[in-house]
Amino acid sequence: MIKTDVVIVGAGPVGLFAVHQLGIKGLKSEVIDNLDKAGGQCIELYPDKPIYDIAGIPECTGEELTQNLLEQIKPFNTNFHFNERVQEIKSENNTWIVKTSKDKVFSSPNIIIAGGVGSFEPRKLSVKNAEKYEGKNIFYSVSNKEKFKDKKISIFGGGDSALDWTLELSKISNVTLIHRRDKFRGAPHTLNEIKKLEKDGKVSIKTQYQLSSIEGDNSIKSINIKDDKGKEIAIETDYILSFFGLIMKLGPITDWGLNMDNKTIKVNTENFETNKKGIFAIGDICTYPGKLKLILSGFHEGALASVECFKRARPNEKYRFEFTTSSKDIQARLGVKTK
Amino acid sequence: MPKITYIEQSGNKKTIEVDKGLTVMEGAVQNNIPGIDADCGGGMACATCHVYVKEEWFNKLPKVEDGEQDMIDMAFEPKKNSRLSCQILVTEELDGLIVTTPLKQT
Repeated sequence: MIKTDVVIVGAGPVGLFAVHQLGIKGLKSEVIDNLDKAGGQCIELYPDKPIYDIAGIPECTGEELTQNLLEQIKPFNTNFHFNERVQEIKSENNTWIVKTSKDKVFSSPNIIIAGGVGSFEPRKLSVKNAEKYEGKNIFYSVSNKEKFKDKKISIFGGGDSALDWTLELSKISNVTLIHRRDKFRGAPHTLNEIKKLEKDGKVSIKTQYQLSSIEGDNSIKSINIKDDKGKEIAIETDYILSFFGLIMKLGPITDWGLNMDNKTIKVNTENFETNKKGIFAIGDICTYPGKLKLILSGFHEGALASVECFKRARPNEKYRFEFTTSSKDIQARLGVKTK
Repeated sequence: MPKITYIEQSGNKKTIEVDKGLTVMEGAVQNNIPGIDADCGGGMACATCHVYVKEEWFNKLPKVEDGEQDMIDMAFEPKKNSRLSCQILVTEELDGLIVTTPLKQT
């Protein structure tokens, strides 16, 4: 069991800045996120898109913002628990017990939910028997490419993942790349290389087609793809790789007895606490009158939540508001060398 | 105020007045129209406000930009007349617009 002052659910920009606000008050936090890295929507949905409304930063990309936030919280040596989702929580003597999908257990007086719109999951194929073959013949990511050696692979998608894996797997297997229009959004140089391979007969590209059905019994034998006019062709297939990006799912949070409003959690704006003592919600996932889904609002919400977290984690200490410019305590926590 | 009609796959139909300057997505979300999730809140980053626009209206809309087309690639069952409703700005000219929501968004 990991004991800490605050468990933060979500390593997006708002979760990261909450680490900072807690850290300068001397509180330790542990951060859990279902993705394999920090940044949340910033890193997953728009890493290269410029953001123009972070106070004091005229322009930065989602990736730059994430890097800067990570830099800013470096002094606090925070533990991140990636590829894990919070599965259940329960209350024990004024303390929250948090259990993750990898059976890690945390004990903490405070939980800050900075979960955005939910945890990211791959967008799945929608044809009816796709679920039956998932993990067996259908994959949404590649963990071991040796599995595909000398096999017939049908890859769906038009982005970098689809293009990169087409190129990579074409070296060891028989690849068909299928995309719903003739324009690809992946890197042009990758596409050019694939087109060269197509000329040499090493890769097959089918554009303006979408998956219509899967044929097979215990394993997939072939797939049918269809164009806009309804013309259908069959492709012998051993494995399907599908790269249609990620979707966001709220997951078990909805079962925690929190006051929900649609897919958001109601909080009071004094300390961003939910209807459960010691559980806070900040960023896109919280709602209150006038709420704006902006990163900058999430920063403010985290700052206020951190004060209440302090009171709960240090019931015998008096909370004192301090400025980073003048507080020796804060500067020590930040590792600032004072003269 | 322009009237927009949202039709579900089940055939359920709802016509509402949407303020000019809002998007078709915002009109739906503010009026609790089912079938439009809009997870990213209008950032053209998630493709969960996907709609099909009736043919006669599709061509009257400003052209689909590359960024939107890229996101539609990932939507549930995209078609030729697919749009992201967060990218359709309601104007006086769109009075009477009809959109159909897909079977699901994810």
